[in-house]
Amino acid sequence: MGQRVLLIEDEPNIIEAISYILSKDGWTVHTHSDGETAMEKVMQGVPDLIILDVMLPGRSGYDILRDLKAQDATADVPVMMLTARGQAKDREMAIGLGATQFMTKPFSNADVLESVRALATP
Amino acid sequence: MPDRVLTGTRARNRRLDLGLRQAHVARIVGISGSYLNLIEHNRRRIAGKLLTDLAEVLQIDAALLSDDTTDAILSPIKEAAAAFPEAIVEDARAEELVARFPGWAALVAAQRRRITQLEERTEALSNRLAHDSQIANSLHEVISTATAIRSTASILAETPDLDREWRARFHTNIDTDSARLAQSSQALLGFLDMEMEAGDTQTESAMEVAEAELAKSGFYFPDIDAGMELRFDDVEEPSAREILRNWAKVARNDAERLPLEEFSQAARATAYDPARLAAWFNVPLNVIFRRLAHLPTDREHPLMGLAVCDAAGVVTFQKPVLDFRLPRSGAACPLWPLYQALTQPGRAIRRVVRLPGGAHTPFECFAVATPVGDVSFVAEPRITATMLVRPAKNEDTPDVVGPGCRVCTVKDCTSRRHPSLV
Repeated sequence: MGQRVLLIEDEPNIIEAISYILSKDGWTVHTHSDGETAMEKVMQGVPDLIILDVMLPGRSGYDILRDLKAQDATADVPVMMLTARGQAKDREMAIGLGATQFMTKPFSNADVLESVRALATP
Repeated sequence: MPDRVLTGTRARNRRLDLGLRQAHVARIVGISGSYLNLIEHNRRRIAGKLLTDLAEVLQIDAALLSDDTTDAILSPIKEAAAAFPEAIVEDARAEELVARFPGWAALVAAQRRRITQLEERTEALSNRLAHDSQIANSLHEVISTATAIRSTASILAETPDLDREWRARFHTNIDTDSARLAQSSQALLGFLDMEMEAGDTQTESAMEVAEAELAKSGFYFPDIDAGMELRFDDVEEPSAREILRNWAKVARNDAERLPLEEFSQAARATAYDPARLAAWFNVPLNVIFRRLAHLPTDREHPLMGLAVCDAAGVVTFQKPVLDFRLPRSGAACPLWPLYQALTQPGRAIRRVVRLPGGAHTPFECFAVATPVGDVSFVAEPRITATMLVRPAKNEDTPDVVGPGCRVCTVKDCTSRRHPSLV
C-alpha cells in the first residue's frame, strides 16, 4: 500500500480528479469534505500528507491547520493548502500557521503531483 | 517672493495683464486713482459693490479676487503638486498662479478635489470587493469550478489509455461543471453590478465602519465585562462612533445582567440553547442572542453571528459568521427568519437554513421580534428583530434562503420580487 494522503476539499469533482491522479501515482487517497468534522477524520488515522482546502463548510482550513499544528500526533504531518485566493497575505497566513506548501486554484495536475511527491520525500 | 498674494495684488496683476491703466480702471469703478493705488498695494480692504465692479472691469469672477477663495484654491493646488513630485512645478509661485490665472488655477484645484474624491471612492469599493463575503463566496465558486474543469480536462487529454467508464464519468463532470461555471460567473457579475450601483450613491456606510471596528476585536471587548465604558474616541467618523457607543452601552447592560463567568458556564451546561438560557436567567430571548453572539472567542465557545433589523427591515447591526452576511446593498431575502420574526412579534422562531448553490454552511437561526423602549399610550411601539446565527449540526435538512433576488438561483420562489440575473 502506498503512502496515505488525506484530501480535505468540498468540491466533489476536484476531489475526484485529484484522487484519480494521486491514486494513479501510487498514493492511497482518503477524502473528506466537511470542515467541522475534519479533525475527527484526521485522528481516525493520521495520514502521511494532508491536502487542505481553505474555504470549507463549517470551519475554515486555517482553523483546521492551527489545530493540526497544535496536536502532537499531527504537528509534523506536511500540509499542502489549496486556496482560491492567491494574495500574498493568504500565503503568508498559511505559511505562518505552519503549512508546508501553498497552492492557488486553479492549479495544474502536474503541479499538484510534483508538490505531493516533493512533500513525501523525507 | 511674497508669502501670500492678497486681493489688491491680484487686482493689480490682473489689470497689468489686461494692459489697463490704473486711472482708467479707477474712473470706471468710480474711485480715484490714488484710492485704487492704495487698494492695489493692499493698504485698503475691498469688498461688496466695489469688489464686484472692479472684478467686472478686470473680466474676472469676484470670488476669484477674494482671499477666502484664494485659500480654497491654493490648498488643493499645493496638494496636487505634492501628489506628483516627479512633475517639476514652480512650487514657490503657486500664489502667483492663482493671482494671475485664477480661472486656470480654479480648474486645477477642482480637478485635484475630483481626483481625491475618486481615489477615496475607488478605495472604498476596493475594500468592499475584498471584504464582502458574498463576492468572496461567488469568486470562490467560480475559481473552484474552473479548477475542477481544468483538472478533469487535463486527465482526459493526458491519459490516452483512460478506462471507458472513467472517461464517461469525467466527461459528465466537465459538463456539470461548465454549466455551474456559467451560472456562478453570472452570479459574480450580479454581485459586482450591485456593488457598483451602491458605489454610485455612497461609499462606506457608518454601520460598515462601526462593524469593521468591532470586527478588529472579534466583537469582544474585555473592558465591557469589567464594567468599563468604551468611547471609541479614535474612530473619526462621528456617526460610526455614535453607533459604536450605543453598541457598547447595550453590551455593557447585557454583561451586567448576564455576568461572563456565570453565563459561560450556563451556556455550556445548556449546550448553548437560547430558550433554556432565557429561562435560567429570566431575561428576554433577544438579550440572550446578543450575549451569546458576543462571548469571547478564545474560550472555545462556538462561532455565533447576529443580525438586528428595525421594523422596516433595515439591518441596523450585524456580526457576520462564516458565509452569513445580510447584503449591504439591495434588499435581502425575506425568507431569513429575521424578517419572518417581524411579522409575528413575540414569537420565537428557529430554522435551519443555507444559501443556494455549492457547499454553503447550513446555519441554525433563532429569531425574535420585540418592542424596544417604554410602552406608551401615545406612541407606536418600536419593534426590532434579533437573529442569532450559528453553523448548524447536520441533523436538520436546511431550508434554502437566498442572498437577494438578483443573484439567487432558487426557481419558483413565491417570495421573489425581482427576476434573477443568474
